[in-house]
Amino acid sequence: MDFTIALAQIKPKLGCLTDNLSLVEGAIERGIRERADLIVFPELALTGYFLKDLVPDLALGLDSPEIARLKELSRHIGIAVGFVEATGDYRFFNSALFLDGGEIRHLHRKVYLPTYGLFDEQRYLARGDRFRAFDSRFGRMGMLICEDFWHLSAPYILAMDGATTLLCLSSSPGRGLSEDESLGSTVAWQRLTATTATFLNSRVIYCNRVGFEDGVNFWGGSEAVSPSGVATSRGKLLEEDFVLATIREGELRRERIFSPLMRDENLPLTLRELARIDTEGGR
Amino acid sequence: MSRLSVNTRLLRRIVVDFVREEIRKTGLKKGVLGLSGGIDSALVAFIAAEALGPENVHAVCMPYKSSNPDSEAHARVVAEACGVNFTVIPITPMVDAYFDRFPDADNMRRGNKMARERMTILFDHSALHGALVLGTSNKTELLLGYGTLYGDMASALNPIGDLYKSQIWQLSGEMGVPREVIEKKPSADLWAGQTDEQELGFTYREVDELMYCMVDLRMTTEELLAEGFAAEFIATVGEKIKNSHFKRRLPIIAKVSNRTIDRDFRYSRDWGK
Repeated sequence: MDFTIALAQIKPKLGCLTDNLSLVEGAIERGIRERADLIVFPELALTGYFLKDLVPDLALGLDSPEIARLKELSRHIGIAVGFVEATGDYRFFNSALFLDGGEIRHLHRKVYLPTYGLFDEQRYLARGDRFRAFDSRFGRMGMLICEDFWHLSAPYILAMDGATTLLCLSSSPGRGLSEDESLGSTVAWQRLTATTATFLNSRVIYCNRVGFEDGVNFWGGSEAVSPSGVATSRGKLLEEDFVLATIREGELRRERIFSPLMRDENLPLTLRELARIDTEGGR
Repeated sequence: MSRLSVNTRLLRRIVVDFVREEIRKTGLKKGVLGLSGGIDSALVAFIAAEALGPENVHAVCMPYKSSNPDSEAHARVVAEACGVNFTVIPITPMVDAYFDRFPDADNMRRGNKMARERMTILFDHSALHGALVLGTSNKTELLLGYGTLYGDMASALNPIGDLYKSQIWQLSGEMGVPREVIEKKPSADLWAGQTDEQELGFTYREVDELMYCMVDLRMTTEELLAEGFAAEFIATVGEKIKNSHFKRRLPIIAKVSNRTIDRDFRYSRDWGK
């Protein structure tokens, strides 16, 4: 089916759950007004990114009133949103929820927590342990959070699990200034989303935040990338934006006919070779 | 130069947005800075004027009696060019009053005292105007430790601290800093005839190239030698970076509790903003 996705390229306030919830609700209401079918938010939209010791203070249980409020709003529009999730055994995950029809349809816990350079996630957060595609009224989807997307196996598994739309919720810091028109991080991400979409014959929906935290900028540039690897809609760089992207079923159909990479992908061979590598202790 | 060349329009946008957003999120809308007549503070004045509106920027020129008169003249030219508020507060009476007790003090002590005297004036003006103090130290001098701790290195936020001097020159051209300020020899202007490059013993362009390879690209010594940098130069700069690291850190704290500030009590400064 054809459908419309809103990319909410927002500027969350660090550690301000109430303010951010208002920001998110405002964007959801706008999405409903503008007749979007699904709205996608950045990673950690409800909290901000460089949380450090704030993580436990801002974490929400799936049964919290804040999540209940978002579930309620999802009766009018599908919602993909990032937050810190608290579990009953006091683990804290960098999580993303897919809400629709008043229910939680899918929960993804970020698996690859970057802990290098300016990143320190694994110090504060627990690591997710699965990649699963899920059915939605927009077809089968997969959801990843930022660094997950840089690990080839993550979108590959989701695509092999039948996802034809890959959502990526991101808080990507802008860095790597050169003579280029764009920051190094922008160039790298655009190359990644386009390549992943092409290799997996899948749509990639990327939502990144903007704003500054302790001098670090987040560069925005949210985009919808078609299964042929072309960005069909793209948000502004370095400023808030609200992008409406029309997703056409025909593009997916045509690309899967034109370039049937996923049809020809040999799962048993891949599994056999990975099992061999595992057995031989090559990693 | 090529490795240090940057897209100045993009850079301008990021540092201007940085000043605007990081000041406004504190609830303030003004900035204050020391304007020396040199290129670094001139560039910060231009950035702040664009970010906050020139009427919200207070530039303070704080000459000492041995400062080159051209410095104040250049500071005035810069303030007029970018339209910021401009005040001159000579520091000679305060500095001399102190050194009357220590007439034998050397240039280093005198220079540090002057830098810290200026810092107290800027932070007082921060309270006076409800403005944040903007830092004017660049990446080259921060890495080399070529600055006074709690003096010119002190600020609330610094838009140019990740820019090498070579990049300061590029961005200053883009933003319209007056030509005479861009082209003059960099000087701390602590005593007559002082120039940075003479005191450091190498040029900014040379050391920027080296530090870019050493710090940003993390080249090994072998790679740096292969790039054509002299072994002695590599060693000297490496030592300067290491020996000045204390200037780039908060004071260390004797740990006794389970949560010690900055070690296991960790929050971003923009906490709640």
